[in-house]
Amino acid sequence: MLIDKKTVDYVAGLSRIQLDESQTELMQTELGKILDYMKILQNVNTEGVEPLSHVFSMTNVTRPDEVTGHFKREHLLANAPDRTDEAFVVPKAVDV
Amino acid sequence: MMNLTALQLGEKIRAGEIGVAEAVTAALGAAENSRTNAFVTLADKEKCLSQADTIQKKISTGELTSPLAGVPIGIKDNICTSGLRTTCASKMLDNFIPPYSATAVEKLENAGLIVVGKLNMDEFGMGSTSETSHYGAVKNPHDENRVSGGSSGGCAAAVAANETFISLGTDTGGSIRQPASYCGVTGFKPTYGAVSRHGLIAYASSLDQIGPIAKNAADCAEIHKIIAGRDPKDGTSLDLPETACIKGVIGKKIAIPEDCLIGNGVDEDVKNNILETAKKFTEMGASIDYIKLPFNEYVIPAYYIIATAEASSNLSRYDGVKYGFRSEGANSLLQTYNATRAEGFGMEVIKRILLGTFVLSSGFYDAYYKKALQVKALIRKHFAETFYNYDAILCPVAPTTAPILGESLSDPLKMYLSDIFTVTANLAGLPAISIPCGKDANGLPIGAQIISDVMKDKVVLGLAQAYQGVQQ
Repeated sequence: MLIDKKTVDYVAGLSRIQLDESQTELMQTELGKILDYMKILQNVNTEGVEPLSHVFSMTNVTRPDEVTGHFKREHLLANAPDRTDEAFVVPKAVDV
Repeated sequence: MMNLTALQLGEKIRAGEIGVAEAVTAALGAAENSRTNAFVTLADKEKCLSQADTIQKKISTGELTSPLAGVPIGIKDNICTSGLRTTCASKMLDNFIPPYSATAVEKLENAGLIVVGKLNMDEFGMGSTSETSHYGAVKNPHDENRVSGGSSGGCAAAVAANETFISLGTDTGGSIRQPASYCGVTGFKPTYGAVSRHGLIAYASSLDQIGPIAKNAADCAEIHKIIAGRDPKDGTSLDLPETACIKGVIGKKIAIPEDCLIGNGVDEDVKNNILETAKKFTEMGASIDYIKLPFNEYVIPAYYIIATAEASSNLSRYDGVKYGFRSEGANSLLQTYNATRAEGFGMEVIKRILLGTFVLSSGFYDAYYKKALQVKALIRKHFAETFYNYDAILCPVAPTTAPILGESLSDPLKMYLSDIFTVTANLAGLPAISIPCGKDANGLPIGAQIISDVMKDKVVLGLAQAYQGVQQ
């Protein structure tokens, strides 16, 4: 299946990745090739097969709702590209 | 000293023949002079030497009893090390210093091992050659014009070139086993969940697993003993019973899938060396049968659909807000996301995020993602049936030996297909090991793969040790 430019733009938008013209073209070709190859899966008869997301049957893991230990705020803010003493700083998010 | 195995070094340290500080200095020196571009970051020498001092004392007082106490180790750069830069070989995390260590790293340090450096890899583990790294490709020590394999290429190349005694890598679709094969060393991927993934920077969470790359299977088994076990910080981690590796091969039933020897681009030299390995196992008392794997042609599409779908979700956290790279000059939050991710990720990573987003998007979900999970269920069921009759599967790790640098990136689909014999173990959660079993006409190493049923890690490690015992 060859995918069109509109689909690449749509998926890039969902992924929050801004592609330029040449990158969009490259992705259109490469994704097209890979998705075309992946069509082979349609040959497998999977009627009635339950999709398997985890290889073991697992039960939910819970623990008592108690404070166990935490990081110092300063340690977690240390890697931030922009910050104040107590918060991450981002560009304007809402126009008012 | 650098040509010692980790267990040999540990023994010499305990015997007082080599000091821990001496071992650390040698390891840091070898890493600094790497000719394979295996290291991204080296640990601070002063800090390592002060750790060495503490560990030396604890060994002499008997407080540290691990056979690997005092041994320096290299860690793949997607495993968090507190205070030591961890980049995933990406521009996105070029300046990231983790506030905590992965559980596996904590356990190694508690056993007395010393982290001396972080090892190069494909960006975020996405590649089969370690060429997509932001810090340049890793070279194969057997031929510097060839790739080391990937994504744990730095781990394998450094061990093979005696630039580290032992290393810790990760395997999502063959990333421990395939570079070990290309570089002629031993690499072990444990059962899914045997080792905690806490602190492992996620690529595809249902497939990722941490494991060792070492000079032999005995070293791998010793590392595995230290890092395995249930961790409250990883809900998918397992409590495996503490058992010893199986000893001896007599009476073991081994299956060779015919499709792994004929077609699928398998080199004649690879095929012959696998048959030779099978013969050795027969001589040691195992029986060999040839079987068919009915889903072989479907494993690559199923794997890449599942892996990229999970990656598209896992990598959404890189938004330029809490850590890592942020694009300058964007003047709204949305623009910051869009530009940061376009500039911070390499093209292979972008491609996989887009592919994963596509297969999960409305209208395509059933045909791709759901279908892949159904095929995964069939693969799992087939392996369970196979291991009802057999103790292990023997097959090549990769169809060929290490390709020339640059060759694979020009044909990505070909690169994806080279993972055909390794991804099944990840899809089905199986333990698998790559052991060197010979060389091709160009003198490049060939790896044999031993796979067993879930939780049978000690069967895989035991068979590999028995084979290497006979080889010596």
